[in-house]
Amino acid sequence: MARLYEYQGKQILKEAKVAIPRGEVAATPQEAAKIAEKIGKPVAVKVQIWAGGRGKAGGIKFAEHPLDAQSVAESLLGSEIKALKVEKVLVEEKLDIEKEYYVGVIIDPSMKARCPVIMFSTEGGMDIEAVPQDKIAQMNVDVLRGFRLYDALNLAVQLKVPTKVLPAIGQAIMGLYQTFKNYHCRIAEINPLVLTKDGKIIAGDCRIAIDDSSVFRHPEFGIEVAREAPTPPTELDKIAWWIEEGDLRGTCYIAQMTQEIKGLNYVGYHGLGGGGAILGVDALNREGLKIANYADTSGNPTAAKVYRAAKVIFSQPGIEAYFLGGFMYANQEQWHHAHGIVKALREEMPKRPGFPCVLLLCGNTEEESLKILHEGTKGLPGRIEIYGGDKVYETEFLAKRVRALIMEYRKERGIKEA
Amino acid sequence: MAILLTKDTTVLVQGITGREGSARAAFMKGYGTKVVAGVTPGRGGEEVSGIPVFNTVAEAVKVKGPIDASVTFVPGPGLKDAVFEAVDSGIKFIVSPVERVPLYDILEMVAYTKQKGVQLLGPGSIGIISPGIAAAGWLGGTPEFARRVFVPGSVGVISRSGGQSATVPWALKLAGLGMTTVIPVGTEPVTGTSMAEILPLFEKDPDTKGVAVFGEIGGPHEEEAADCVRRKEFTKPLVIFVAGAWAPEGMRFSHASSIIERGHGSAKSKIESLKEAGVHVVDRPDQIAPTIKRLIESHG
Repeated sequence: MARLYEYQGKQILKEAKVAIPRGEVAATPQEAAKIAEKIGKPVAVKVQIWAGGRGKAGGIKFAEHPLDAQSVAESLLGSEIKALKVEKVLVEEKLDIEKEYYVGVIIDPSMKARCPVIMFSTEGGMDIEAVPQDKIAQMNVDVLRGFRLYDALNLAVQLKVPTKVLPAIGQAIMGLYQTFKNYHCRIAEINPLVLTKDGKIIAGDCRIAIDDSSVFRHPEFGIEVAREAPTPPTELDKIAWWIEEGDLRGTCYIAQMTQEIKGLNYVGYHGLGGGGAILGVDALNREGLKIANYADTSGNPTAAKVYRAAKVIFSQPGIEAYFLGGFMYANQEQWHHAHGIVKALREEMPKRPGFPCVLLLCGNTEEESLKILHEGTKGLPGRIEIYGGDKVYETEFLAKRVRALIMEYRKERGIKEA
Repeated sequence: MAILLTKDTTVLVQGITGREGSARAAFMKGYGTKVVAGVTPGRGGEEVSGIPVFNTVAEAVKVKGPIDASVTFVPGPGLKDAVFEAVDSGIKFIVSPVERVPLYDILEMVAYTKQKGVQLLGPGSIGIISPGIAAAGWLGGTPEFARRVFVPGSVGVISRSGGQSATVPWALKLAGLGMTTVIPVGTEPVTGTSMAEILPLFEKDPDTKGVAVFGEIGGPHEEEAADCVRRKEFTKPLVIFVAGAWAPEGMRFSHASSIIERGHGSAKSKIESLKEAGVHVVDRPDQIAPTIKRLIESHG
């Protein structure tokens, strides 16, 4: 899911009439000081990263005075929190908290639901997973009927929210649902929803992610890579996405597992088809190998797309092997893959003599495709092994082959096993 | 016998003049499916592989009479309209081999099909095939490939993945087994048909002696299948493999449905739930075929 930063999420909540703290986002300490000055009271300085638990990790600090805001922002900007680099901070008024609530909308895919579920709790400020069920009021939304303000009020009434704050809480729940629906969210949460000492209901923090497949409806967010990821995209992820973007002829999915390869046992992994690609990941992990990246080219992509995917995989410094994990008896014509892979190997092997490549390709047009692979890689200076349909589920055997070739390759280059 | 797609099922292809639509319409017809009509707005009056093309589904139904099933070769952003159109024209079974469908659109089409008593397979299901009888979608690819991989027999197959819905049958074939019907449930985060809704259909089908399932991490399908077995809605031999058990925690895959959310859907929780229900869970995919074979033989 394409996750929004807190400051982006709060902006769209504001459109839906959910009150948010006064504040703005800053990229430099000077900007932070200016914003704090404008607010004119104690502020919170919050790192803008895609991770929960920022407070505990030292990513939320307070400043009583605008000048303090500058030094606080200076200490946070450029630092690393939860392995993510801090590029922006949100500077906003510090709230005087009387009580914290929770409100969230998720999608329940189970056959009994298959709909958005709205959850409200009187125990905000913590992970909703840790809240006992009797402190949560929830409702499955019939999307054909919609969600109404009285539904929101009833959720709050169920948990005996005081009448005085009920209308404001009802409005916040309603606003969150409208945001969820209008912005095609995969998840939308306000946690905590703060009741301040002066009786206002304000969204303290939020977590909002747009559904990957709906990102095209929201160019306003400038989301570069519309794909599920726990961290912002790497440079390679972006390149991989450009291969895919605007080309609907089959799928090319690549995600780097690590920013930088440190140590041995990393394999450049090229899977085929979601289910089959996972098989290779399992098998390599069982053999003590790690994937540098996850990839899946399937759905009948062109040879050009497959070639580009392979080139991206090869471009990762530190990989010790390339593994084409074609663990599927494919419906797609496999010669597109064969042609794309051959072109990539012909370019890459001369640069890395002896490099291990294990290629598994099975299914439709298999005979022709294996012939293309054999003939196209003949004489190349790599350790290239090619397998077909009789090995389609020989996950363990193939992972062991990858491992064995890596060992040979290391020995040849005088690299000692760790 | 087969489930959902039988020799008498009449099929419509929405988006029949597109790249995939035209290729797979020819495949389905060549495989023996009763493909009676296709639809592409603005292309009415043409033919694709001898199949008449209409401008709308209603027009196709008016000319051809009631149609049982539709396959939607319509890009994700346009799928909701296609599904609503099919439902409003009285079609009772819709196969959607489309990925990257806006999630809220999926929720609406799932709600609408359910309200109207329509079975929606997918989105993200590449098709359904009843070997030797009929195919709807692009599972099977071409008549030649489909005939080579899918042989008639006694095993029902359910898969999360499209590719694996040909691979499991291939492995079954090598083990000397055939299939009644093969059904990939779809790779989108929410789908219209769950494993637990297919299993009771296989239970009622006298030709199906057992079911083989290729499962994956993420989503509720496998746990629901376990509940289905616990409720005795499925009592025949059942073998499941769950892919992703060795994946690093928090890893994301290319199937939108393979996302572990809020701690639910891990391989561990699925495997425990299935084993507890008495389902045969195998460790490696090459064990699927021999295990179901042994179970069917000993089950009698």
